[in-house]
Amino acid sequence: MAGLCAGALALVAAGRRSRQSPQLFVQSAAVWTLKPALHQSKQRLRFSRSLCSVGYDPNEKTFDKLLIANRGEIACRVIKTCKKMGIKTVAIHSDVDANSVHVKMADEAVCVGPAPTSKSYLNMDAIMEAIKKTRAQAAAEGVTFIGPDTHAIQAMGDKIESKLLAKNAKVNTIPGFDGVVKDADEAVRIAREIGYPVMIKASAGGGGKGMRIAWDDEETRDGFRFSSQEAASSFGDDRLLIEKFIDNPRHVEIQVLCDKKGNALWLNERECSIQRRNQKVVEEAPSTFLDPETRRAMGEQAVALARAVKYSSAGTVEFLVDSRKNFYFLEMNTRLQVEHPVTECITGLDLVQEMIRVAKGYPLRHKQADIPINGWAIECRVYAEDPYKSFGLPSIGKLSQYEEPLHLPGVRVDSGIQPGSDISIYYDPMISKLISYGSNRTEALQRMEAALDNYVIRGVTHNIALLREVINHKRFVEGDINTKFLSDVYPDGFKGHKLTKTEKQQLMAIASSLYVSFQLRAQRFEENSRIPVQKPQMANWDLSIKIGDEIHSVIASNSGSTFCVEVDGLKLNVTSEWNLASPLLSVNIDGTQRIVQCLSREAGGHMSIQFLGTVYKVRVLTELAAELNKFMLEKVAEDTSSVLRSPMPGVVVAVSVKPGDVVSDRPCEERRLSPDCLPSIPEGRNRPSGTLSSPIYTDYHIYTLTIYTGYVFTSAVFSESTLLSARETFCEWNQNEDKSILLC
Amino acid sequence: MALALRVATAAGTVRCALVSSNTAWTAQVRRYCSQPITVKERIERKRQEALLGGGQSRIDAQHKRGKLTARERISLLLDPGSFVESDMFVEHRCADFGMAADKNKFPGDSVVTGRGRINGRLVYVFSQVYSFMSLSVQKTWVQILLGKSLNFSILSGAHAQKICKVMDQAMMVGAPVIGLNDSGGARIQEGVESLAGYADIFLRNVMASGVVPQISLIMGPCAGGAVYSPALTDFTFMVKDTSYLFITGPDVVKSVTNEDVTQEELGGAKTHTTMSGVAHKAFENDVDALFNLREFFNYLPLSNQDPAPIRECHDLCDRLVPELDTLVPAESTKAYDMVDIVHAVVDEREFFEIMPNYAKNIIIGFARMNGKTVGIVGNQPKVASGCLDINSSVKGARFVRFCDAFNIPLITFVDVPGFLPGTAQEYGGIIRHGAKLLYAFAEATVPKITVITRKAYGGAYDVMSSKHLRGDVNYAWPTAEIAVMGAKVRALTLHGLPAPSKSNDLFLRVPTGFVDDIIQPSSTRARICQDLDVLASKKQASPWKKHANIPL
Repeated sequence: MAGLCAGALALVAAGRRSRQSPQLFVQSAAVWTLKPALHQSKQRLRFSRSLCSVGYDPNEKTFDKLLIANRGEIACRVIKTCKKMGIKTVAIHSDVDANSVHVKMADEAVCVGPAPTSKSYLNMDAIMEAIKKTRAQAAAEGVTFIGPDTHAIQAMGDKIESKLLAKNAKVNTIPGFDGVVKDADEAVRIAREIGYPVMIKASAGGGGKGMRIAWDDEETRDGFRFSSQEAASSFGDDRLLIEKFIDNPRHVEIQVLCDKKGNALWLNERECSIQRRNQKVVEEAPSTFLDPETRRAMGEQAVALARAVKYSSAGTVEFLVDSRKNFYFLEMNTRLQVEHPVTECITGLDLVQEMIRVAKGYPLRHKQADIPINGWAIECRVYAEDPYKSFGLPSIGKLSQYEEPLHLPGVRVDSGIQPGSDISIYYDPMISKLISYGSNRTEALQRMEAALDNYVIRGVTHNIALLREVINHKRFVEGDINTKFLSDVYPDGFKGHKLTKTEKQQLMAIASSLYVSFQLRAQRFEENSRIPVQKPQMANWDLSIKIGDEIHSVIASNSGSTFCVEVDGLKLNVTSEWNLASPLLSVNIDGTQRIVQCLSREAGGHMSIQFLGTVYKVRVLTELAAELNKFMLEKVAEDTSSVLRSPMPGVVVAVSVKPGDVVSDRPCEERRLSPDCLPSIPEGRNRPSGTLSSPIYTDYHIYTLTIYTGYVFTSAVFSESTLLSARETFCEWNQNEDKSILLC
Repeated sequence: MALALRVATAAGTVRCALVSSNTAWTAQVRRYCSQPITVKERIERKRQEALLGGGQSRIDAQHKRGKLTARERISLLLDPGSFVESDMFVEHRCADFGMAADKNKFPGDSVVTGRGRINGRLVYVFSQVYSFMSLSVQKTWVQILLGKSLNFSILSGAHAQKICKVMDQAMMVGAPVIGLNDSGGARIQEGVESLAGYADIFLRNVMASGVVPQISLIMGPCAGGAVYSPALTDFTFMVKDTSYLFITGPDVVKSVTNEDVTQEELGGAKTHTTMSGVAHKAFENDVDALFNLREFFNYLPLSNQDPAPIRECHDLCDRLVPELDTLVPAESTKAYDMVDIVHAVVDEREFFEIMPNYAKNIIIGFARMNGKTVGIVGNQPKVASGCLDINSSVKGARFVRFCDAFNIPLITFVDVPGFLPGTAQEYGGIIRHGAKLLYAFAEATVPKITVITRKAYGGAYDVMSSKHLRGDVNYAWPTAEIAVMGAKVRALTLHGLPAPSKSNDLFLRVPTGFVDDIIQPSSTRARICQDLDVLASKKQASPWKKHANIPL
């Protein structure tokens, strides 16, 4: 859903009264949408505010019915609070989401269109229809939006305007220049004034999109050229932002909460420095880095900015903090952010409830002094992504098994999925937000580790391994982090947990115990046959375990549920219930309690075991079988020279050469489309324009896929949208080409 | 290998050790028997020879091809130490073509036979010795058959006799027979005797059919007459890249039909598991195949006198399966994977699928419910909308009959839009073949539980273990539609005529008793487990007949 969250989200409610029938009491609507759609619709929706309802607090009536114009975990989150407050909810959904959790949780649901967000969740006309439809049961007098008003959204949506506003509100800003830069020379002059390194980007671009860093004059000229091109082509807005590039930055944001009466609070900070491709991975509150003075200073500036734009509702003011605790305003997010639960955990506030109250016009119930920091909270974003590729390339599929670790203390899971849900190509591949809460950071981290180990996600690739590594990394535990943490710590990409010698022995002991358990269970039949079962008597199991390229000899013996396993001469005792049907296996190895998951097991001894977050492939064979297995021939690998696999689901947006064209004699390659490689493909459709862009994966907008089949190059440009159409296009193309091209 | 050797020779070694260690005792023994040591030594020598198959060089040659020897295979297939060999000292009786010479005689001839245990359960085994007999005199016929290869197990009279012996024993005690086939064809020197040997085996295959489960694992080339024995058994598995099954080799094909075809294309594992449907599954290599066979064996009862085995089960029988509630898409044209449903319902998501790559519009295989083996049949909406065609009907029918013969309850998941229309199907005899599946379900008297997940249209509804064919319990999910045909087709067929409204409506079927209950999908597992408990004592008889006449 972050795809949608990338734009501004507004929670909107419509209230109205009817005295005739209880169920036709009041109609209201909540809309979570992308920014552009909101602008036009907002005025149309803002009729009047007829406010009446039965509220959560009997003395405080809010709305009767709320339409939540969003999907997934955030819609479920809002519905939960609505239920608590006694507000009826209306969900909207696309046709593929008809069975999803938020639809089931809501009291009513309206289908607003086909799968793509632009045709459903962002389709303001359809949402208006939905509001009308639910309102049709009663004569609506007005609609109230929950969220900040249009002015604030617009003001904060523009980088330059927001920065100016911030400056005027006496908020620290990064030294820099924003506006139209005439030419490269002027860019160089500005850059020198600010002092290198500088960062150049299009003013209208969001997040880190199109951001370039220049360390000298030459790079400034390059940066100017690309950014101005992009500004013009993608956003139709020439303005550029050149500013001081902050080294070793941390991303710390302040949650603010404002009402319509001019009251504003800061609800402490969130540390969101662990990012990949400018997307947050692990967040926590409070930050290990801030002292109370800095926190207060940041909070006060954040509130000052919110007041300056007459902000009402919950919002987030993002800062970059350098190593000397200087902080600079980055931008303000005018929505309920994905990471809001950590703030809720440490402050005890329900932000959604406060937003609804504020939208209703009530003043804030709290004073700044009432806002505590109780304990420590950490949030991990659990994604259906392959963390071994660029720290996370989306994967799709059906969750064949899914169990949230809710049985653990201090664990909260915000999710919008259930067993059997599809992670589709249409929406953000987020599975859930996993939040752990403890009285201090150590406890919160321990609980998070346990939660990650106890999380059962089958059917899609997920990033638990990466999350578990990050929260256990020495630098993270010490609080020594910055926004480049992942690329610094894993310069060659994430490779999974590196087993120590002891851990490897433990894994082998578990694997062999598990293997023997399966073997022993295979002999336990109910005696219903005429010929009695004669169980083989095996005192010891001489096993051979292959893990990676290493082969180890293991001797296992069991008495009851305890296995004594001798690994490389070291004896380990492994105890467990050995419930072979349970996805989670709690084992005790010489006193150490571990949760492991056996993801797959084949008759041939292959097992996939999730151990310490990472999935390891092991093969357990008896010594005899291992000896004989040496004679088995290596299978010849599939010939993939004419096969090209897309690294992620995509759609062919353009094919730049015709079948039969001889392009060159270069070897097969795959390139990312960026402006400097444009000459190799035709101008026009396949430029990285707004129509192709996805708000989620800025680095992976578009691909040029080049397929080398003999002397002929065929190439296509991909953006991540739909896999199906990609496949169709390839098939069609394939027929002409008469070559086998596979896409997955 | 080492272990196998150790086990097999254990008895002999002990005896010899005893003799040689006690010289005084030996002297005494000598006094009473003229040449006791020599006899023992000769026995031991023969035994060693037998254990070595065709000699170390042939063992090495077999290994080089990525294959195991007959005895190594048995040592992996059976529980350690459980193999009891029979007829180790049998030699062929042929005296022609210089075959009588000692160098051409090997104890045990070209097949290792005996009995043993798989996970403690009795099984009879024969394993053909590929590395046996590579004689120049073999050449002519072999070349005709196979083209190039000269080195394989050749069926002799003695060889056939040994196989027949274990099969007879298996029938008598009621235990399955597993054949590890690696056989080139008949031994030409023995002429008609080896042909007779084939026929003896075929007869036993037929006699044992439906009495004890018979499984063939093809682990090398099998050509000519040798292929019919696996074809007569209940299940034929193959090893990828090293096993072939064909009536005539590529050279004969070339000379007769002028087709250029490789051994792999003509009769490799891929051909038989995807195109011909001769083999039921293929495995990566010998080791993988033998371990899978062990796993597979655990699903089977020992004979038709035994109930389906019940293995210890850790999965709760009343487990609710919430993911099933959303699994079937709302639009009736949208595909989903029936295997997902099977995995979710059965014990521990373990499903041994049979013929996974052939006629994929139907899925068949074994699983367990509360520990007890069940046979699963399901339409696969992911492939050709799950409609029935010639291949899928035949695939399903044979499986249903196996389950019926061996007391394995049947669970059928139905989402079938009908039979596949078209000239190809009609000319191919879809009527005749579709009738087989109908016949098989109607004839079956084992517990039959049917779950209609979505479509159950037309004649195909009747076929898929419907209530009318003696189905014991027939459930429908709320997404089910039972009708003569789909709404769209009906509109096309009955154009102009007012279509009978709501004829797909599930509620019209429930009062008729065609469906016993409409159940929440998440409760499917619990309901089936309950029903199986009740139906365990089911007894149903069909009228006396010599045998039925299935439309072959």
